[in-house]
Amino acid sequence: MSGLVLNNVSKQFGTFTAVDNVHLSVPHGTFVCLLGPSGCGKTTLLRIIAGLEDPTNGTILLDGADITDVPTHRRNLGMVFQSLALFPHLSVGENIAYPLRIRGAAREEQKKRVDELLTLIHLPGYGDRPVSKLSGGQRQRVAIARALALSPKIFLLDEPLSALDAKLREAMQVELRQLQQKLGITTIVVTHDQREAMTMADTVVVMNGGHIRQAAPPIEIYRKPADTFVADFIGSTNLIETKADSSGAATIFGQRVTGLALPAGAQKATISVRPEDVHLTAPGNGAIDGTVTFVRDLGGTIETFVEAGGQQIVAVSTPRERPEVTAGQAVGIVLSPDVCVVLKQ
Amino acid sequence: MKREPPQSIADYGPLFFPAGMLLIFFVVPFGTMIAVSFFQRQEGGFYTPAFVFSNYERFLSAFFGGVLGFSLMLAVTVAICCVVLALPFTYLLSRLSRRLQVIWLVGLLSVLSLSEVIIGFAWSTLLSRTAGLSNLFVKIGLLDQPVALFPSFGAVLTGMVYQALPYTILVLYPAIVRLDPTLMEAARTLGSSPIRAFFNVLVPALRNTIMATLIMVFIFALGSYLLPQILGRPQHWTLSVLITDQAIYQSNMPFAAAMAVFLVLVTLGLVALTLLIGRKGEKA
Ligand SMILES: Nc1ncnc2c1ncn2[C@@H]1O[C@H](COP(=O)(O)OP(=O)(O)O)[C@@H](O)[C@H]1O
Ligand SMILES: [Mg+2]
Repeated sequence: MSGLVLNNVSKQFGTFTAVDNVHLSVPHGTFVCLLGPSGCGKTTLLRIIAGLEDPTNGTILLDGADITDVPTHRRNLGMVFQSLALFPHLSVGENIAYPLRIRGAAREEQKKRVDELLTLIHLPGYGDRPVSKLSGGQRQRVAIARALALSPKIFLLDEPLSALDAKLREAMQVELRQLQQKLGITTIVVTHDQREAMTMADTVVVMNGGHIRQAAPPIEIYRKPADTFVADFIGSTNLIETKADSSGAATIFGQRVTGLALPAGAQKATISVRPEDVHLTAPGNGAIDGTVTFVRDLGGTIETFVEAGGQQIVAVSTPRERPEVTAGQAVGIVLSPDVCVVLKQ
Repeated sequence: MKREPPQSIADYGPLFFPAGMLLIFFVVPFGTMIAVSFFQRQEGGFYTPAFVFSNYERFLSAFFGGVLGFSLMLAVTVAICCVVLALPFTYLLSRLSRRLQVIWLVGLLSVLSLSEVIIGFAWSTLLSRTAGLSNLFVKIGLLDQPVALFPSFGAVLTGMVYQALPYTILVLYPAIVRLDPTLMEAARTLGSSPIRAFFNVLVPALRNTIMATLIMVFIFALGSYLLPQILGRPQHWTLSVLITDQAIYQSNMPFAAAMAVFLVLVTLGLVALTLLIGRKGEKA
């Protein structure tokens, strides 16, 4: 198949396993975000793809060809490092022209391509400036331009926006996504910011402890998390224990939930319900009994904390559907089966 | 934080100690030497205060000019050899594990503790015909019969490079360790082989450090006076050898002082020139 495929890839540092048996396929032209907490192996995986780190196990295929043993400089990829790694002794234009110079491109050709790229990153006329005189956002763009100078097959970025302030970061996320779509280049971005991943990615790859926990489009990651880690890591959620009663039907806190099915043969499972999917009604009538403990009215949203079955459940609603509840009031919790996601154990 | 300009004498307090040290250990001896260089020599090893230029006049001959030229050439060659050897070595060293780096650095420091005399005699043995390396070359078939590799220019150069190399490495090491390792990796992702990246990223990025190291080794090598004597022929003797000879064996202090002053001035001139050229290159 065309695109990048990782088979069985593992990386050990001494006895520590940083990347554990990873399978991933990235079709040509897609935008993938590697998302996970700090230390989960995202950078290591990206470096393996770049050839800067040798995998202990496994193979890497690019458009069907095995590139596991191809050295970095022959892999035809562009990479933006977390530190940006702009060459301090070269000007902006010379930095961008560096890969062209290495390939022995003619001077006019170099100049033409540099001008083209400077326009692409909205910094026309900056070619002669020293790198040290640029702002953080401008350096970011220069690093991107340099990585794209040879029109690589794969574009890798390691936490490219983490050094920027919040406002600029949001703007750059959109810009980066638009740039990727314009060029149609296969792009893999490492981030620990889920908002960033949701904004940019076609596929979000959630990692933890060196494993891939789930790889899916952003909305599916949010709507159908595979396990408790993903459900908890992406947005906020209510994790609720479900048990099978004697007849095999699913119950929550002893109350039967019609329409909810446990995996075949399972006696209990954990389900994830997003706060905005929790509905509060009058008690009784088949609803789960609970008591309101606190109401946080944020204007735009209202969070209601309900105690049920010894656990706290959060419901979020908009002011339009404002639930008329106060602390201490008894309420009924309605969970419709289609919003309850049964998680893998 | 805004610093106030010094208000009273007491505010200059922190400067007193270094200024005093500089005065006692540099200004006074150097001043004495300049003064002595103008003194009149007396037969029998003494000198009387005077203000004569004869010591400098004597120096302005083809012989001393040649020695000065050779000394400068030797020092420059040693400096270049040291930096050329030390750069790749130190770069590779910086990529080893912490533990191995410490072992290497301790080893290098211990070479520093060897005196010039020991280094000189060790190399004279290693390069000799009877017990030297050439016997080894004969064993492995590189040579037909052992040869004496000293005294010669090559032997002087080898000894001096050996002596100065640890300094060079220890001066380069902090700068190379501090250099962002992703610079080299970035070069590789941009299509540069590791060796090319070394030359077109690491070397230019360390330009100023390399310049400073060259100057340091150059000055260090200029002062060497034992190794040229032990490992070289008289035509390989440096100005430092002649200064020692005049000062100690000929008891001609004024002439030795004049040569020393001249050497210092030429050295300062060369260093200033190098820095000037470096500054120009920076701007371009
Ligand atoms: N060169 C290395 N030697 C030893 N351990 C390493 C090395 N590189 C990374 N690690 C370890 O591997 C784990 C994953 O690191 P990394 O991939 O950088 O995480 P992330 O980018 O997700 O924050 C970390 O625990 C880190 O300490
Ligand atoms: Mg990282």
